[in-house]
Amino acid sequence: MAIMSFIFVFFFFSSLQPILSLYEDQVGLMDWHQQYIGKVKQAVFHTHKTGRKRVVASTEQNIIATLDLRRGEIFWRHVLGPNDVVDGIDIALGKYVITLSSGGSILRAWNLPDGQMVWESSLHGPKHSKPLLLTRNLIIEKDNVLIVFSNGRLNAVSCIDGEVLWKKDFEEESLEVQQVIQPPGSGFIYVLGFAASSQFEMYKINAKNGELLKHESTAFSGRFTGEVSLVSSETVVALDSTGSILLTISFHNGKISSQQTPVSNLLEDSPGLAVIIHPSVTGIFAIKTDAATIFIRVIGEGKLEVVEKTNHETVVSDALSISEGQQAFALVQHAGSSIHLTVKPAHDWDSNLLKESIKMDQQRGFVHKVFINNYIRTDRSHGFRALIVMEDHSLLLLQQGAIVWSREDGLASIIDVTTSELPVEKAGVSVAKVELNLFEWLKGHVLKLKGTLMLATPEDIAAIQHMRLKSSEKSKMTRDHNGFRKLLIALTRAGKLFGLHTGDGRIVWSHLLQSLHKSESCRQPIVLNLYQWQVPHHHALDENPSVLVVGRCGPSSDALGVLSLVDSYTGKEFSSLSLVHSVAQVIPLPYTDSTEQRLHLLIDADKHAHLYPKTPEAIDSFQSEFSNVYWYSVDDDNGIIKGYALKTKCSSNVADEFCFDSRELWSIVLPSESEKIITTATRKLNEAVHTQAKLIADQDVMYKYISSNLLFVATVAPKASGEIGSVTPEESWLVVYLIDTVTGRVLHRMTHHGSQGPVQAVLSENWVVYHYFNLRAHRYEMSVIEIYDQSRADNKDVWKLVVGNHNLTSPVSSYSRAEVITKSQSYFFTHSLKAIAVTLTVKGITSKQLLIGTIGDQVLALDKRFLDPRRSVNPKQAEREEGIIPLTDSLPIIPQSYITHSLRVEGLQSIITVAAKLESTTLVFAHGLDLFFTHYAPSRTYDSLTEDFSYALLLITIVVLVAAIFVTWILSQRKELQDRWR
Amino acid sequence: MAAVTPLLLLLLLSSAPSFSSGSRNAYNINGRVKIPQGPGTKGYALPGRMSNVKVLLNGGQNITFLRPDGYFSFHNIPAGTHLIEVSAIGYFFSPVRVDVSARNLGKVQAALTENRKGLSELVLEPLREEQYYEIREPFSIMSLLKSPMGLMVGFMLAVAFLMPKLVENMDPEEMRRAQEEMRSQGVPSLSSLLPGGAMN
Repeated sequence: MAIMSFIFVFFFFSSLQPILSLYEDQVGLMDWHQQYIGKVKQAVFHTHKTGRKRVVASTEQNIIATLDLRRGEIFWRHVLGPNDVVDGIDIALGKYVITLSSGGSILRAWNLPDGQMVWESSLHGPKHSKPLLLTRNLIIEKDNVLIVFSNGRLNAVSCIDGEVLWKKDFEEESLEVQQVIQPPGSGFIYVLGFAASSQFEMYKINAKNGELLKHESTAFSGRFTGEVSLVSSETVVALDSTGSILLTISFHNGKISSQQTPVSNLLEDSPGLAVIIHPSVTGIFAIKTDAATIFIRVIGEGKLEVVEKTNHETVVSDALSISEGQQAFALVQHAGSSIHLTVKPAHDWDSNLLKESIKMDQQRGFVHKVFINNYIRTDRSHGFRALIVMEDHSLLLLQQGAIVWSREDGLASIIDVTTSELPVEKAGVSVAKVELNLFEWLKGHVLKLKGTLMLATPEDIAAIQHMRLKSSEKSKMTRDHNGFRKLLIALTRAGKLFGLHTGDGRIVWSHLLQSLHKSESCRQPIVLNLYQWQVPHHHALDENPSVLVVGRCGPSSDALGVLSLVDSYTGKEFSSLSLVHSVAQVIPLPYTDSTEQRLHLLIDADKHAHLYPKTPEAIDSFQSEFSNVYWYSVDDDNGIIKGYALKTKCSSNVADEFCFDSRELWSIVLPSESEKIITTATRKLNEAVHTQAKLIADQDVMYKYISSNLLFVATVAPKASGEIGSVTPEESWLVVYLIDTVTGRVLHRMTHHGSQGPVQAVLSENWVVYHYFNLRAHRYEMSVIEIYDQSRADNKDVWKLVVGNHNLTSPVSSYSRAEVITKSQSYFFTHSLKAIAVTLTVKGITSKQLLIGTIGDQVLALDKRFLDPRRSVNPKQAEREEGIIPLTDSLPIIPQSYITHSLRVEGLQSIITVAAKLESTTLVFAHGLDLFFTHYAPSRTYDSLTEDFSYALLLITIVVLVAAIFVTWILSQRKELQDRWR
Repeated sequence: MAAVTPLLLLLLLSSAPSFSSGSRNAYNINGRVKIPQGPGTKGYALPGRMSNVKVLLNGGQNITFLRPDGYFSFHNIPAGTHLIEVSAIGYFFSPVRVDVSARNLGKVQAALTENRKGLSELVLEPLREEQYYEIREPFSIMSLLKSPMGLMVGFMLAVAFLMPKLVENMDPEEMRRAQEEMRSQGVPSLSSLLPGGAMN
């Protein structure tokens, strides 16, 4: 029996097959991936041909994408470089998407069906100017031509191969070209602009060869704002720089004639500063003032007439030509909880082609942009569909008075993420509906067994896959035993808060923060960060957890702050505060009050500290810890790091007992001529360290120097702070510091000569890993620094321990001047980095792995053992047993350890790790334009059976064993009987 | 396209100064990414997938894409030493060190940084294919037997059928001695362990 149980235990352990990487059929089991495009800037429909209807969009995140018009899915998309801002898009020849980017210097054509780049042209010119793209069906010698005005040069580019057919420079220094017009059916091009901002210039150019046909100019007394609106093919409207006089300029047959109309003539009340918004609809233009949007029609020779004045928030689309000589445009207006979409023909303001009212979710805010497209209904009348971009950056398609699809593209610009636990499963709530009965459970496992034995038919495999992916277990709205199910709370740039379920990535709730909405008191709200405000777990279990959103009104750091408290379960904002001080820094303190609200210290620009929540209880518990609060600030521009502590109550504000003055404790001033701070890193506040001792070979012990006040700072030579290749190795260096933020003591300083940034760093336990560029080898490098506490090293003597003469129980304090030793080592690494993080487990027992976001937008897991300063070329036998890997000059990249497997997290920005309740597992959330979430077990799931574990096989084995026992029993009985008879 | 391709070939590795773009020392870097399309390639190199290949200069400062024939170019690059990386799902590319010479009118010298191999022309080929998934072993009797359950059953059968055989082959003298020893130590026999064994 003992043998049996021994064998069983042995096999049980051997059954924990090392599954570090995924099998292809496990994709989607633990992970999910969502793709976004960002806030749409421009959209072009492609609906003419039969087949798939598409919409091509360019976004503020420099993305070109084509979406399925039926469902809103992405067909393809390309993320352009950070400086490659898209200026214009269009469709040419019905099969190419044309993009003009980088301030008009790069023109590309993409194949519409699959997104393959077809050609690329680089357009240069004598000077910088506003880029303009014109794609009318202009044909020169059977060649379709694009007219591009950029960098002060007019180019005609062939659609087929991107070749520049002709070019014409406009070299006058002061000339600012505003419009390039090609009247339909004519063989010439008008280039309109202002010279010295008071002279109107008109050039007539032969479209066939770029020859200048005519040049006219007229001077005006006033100055122009720059923006012009094209009213007809031969008339433009401009506003002067005071915003009070409208100029109507017509250039019929090359003759310029103009008419000035003061805005106050059109409107009775003085409207204030007006801006032209140009719908480019024939005969109509709009001006926008603070209070209203005014639509004005041009009648005859420069006569203006107000057709409508509206006080609502109104958005106008570009004109769409629906049939021969007929144009239409769309207006979107808000009215309460719904929006009104109106499509009007350009020639007749009073009639409507379409008027619809659509119920709109209040949480999407205002409409920011609208794009329209038409189709022919079965009764040959015109139908319209509208694509609208909302304030929260979401994209919606409206058709026949309903929302056909919507995309939450606000999630492409996440600023900060935190997590929240889900509600505890209540005893009264029945969960029987989701749980399967025994028969189905067994059936499922038999299917799975068939799968493992490779006996399953394709239908069976499909059924298995469906069963695994649709497991209701992972998407329940309650807390689970392993801590895998959580809410990811994401704050986006648009000021919207999303609650995402970690099981399947669905949006549980989403709310636009009302307190961070544009208002009279807060004109330019900016959201900054997200903190956990209340995490109830002991005595306040019936309260919902909540998060704190910190924002400010305006881009400068001394703008007033705004706080908002949001319930994590519902997403409702239950409290908000407009602060009377600015927010420079937020410090979550490790103290909570009786309702488990975490105390936060907000540091303003004048270095006053403000305590939140403002309750007497909070101040009471804070008083006792008053002398233990330290913080630091890093001034990148001047190279100064300063440490602070609290001093007294604020002297200026008598009434405010939650305000404290600070005193400067220490400062480190780096020489600005040789060092510039580029990166800092600190330990995560919630990181758990299991043990301070590290057993090394020969039964020796080293003590890790573990301090939560450790700060890593990297500086480079000011010359080398630019891009790679801008400096020689001799004039660049990288200096790294490890600083104790309480005392300001520099624990370690190291210089890497011939190296430069960008530096990505992660600090955990007693080590820091950082990535930089080595100019001498012209490769990226990663270095590790480990820091050990030498003052505890003499505790190895057993007698001392027995007698009690040791200092192991003495608290770790920044004041005790610890003797530290550091070890360091560097390795080559192939890729550039976008982000770096480290796995985080609940107790810190599991060994660590680094999560590296590479330039290819993948996330690579790399064992920390590869970055161990004790690696040597030939480790001793004892060291080998300890798990030290022989030293190699570069770090290995094992394709199976990409945790994003064959997916890309486009535009990767940061990787967030959260500990699950199961010690072996980390939850990893990577976000950029895309979102990716997975479970990751750095040392395999040693504490639970894997999802692959076959219960059916176990059952069968047990049955076989029992049967075998009975058979052998019967056999042995029979044999014994025979023996006795003998 | 026909007019452009020979032009590109000429420009390859002898990139001319870009037209008059403000600064005098801005050059173009032209090159080509070549992905072998053999029978062994695992679907990543399909024509549609080629459009997802990105070429990055200096850690993402400039990004460009491939033309259908694999050519790419960076425009307006200052002279100096640069780093080109290729991001393609399914392939591992070495970053390339590119020296753009200011004296030689933007002559480009390239070398792979992974293995320090110089490139005579800027043609980038993957060093290896990347397989992101573990490959499932096809079903075999051996794998079933090797699994813990299989081993357990196997051991069980071995004990049940081979042990008596072993006992039979033993020398009767020794057998008796062993049995006596066992009896004296009071080790229970298999039959007494089993339910009902005690009744015998």
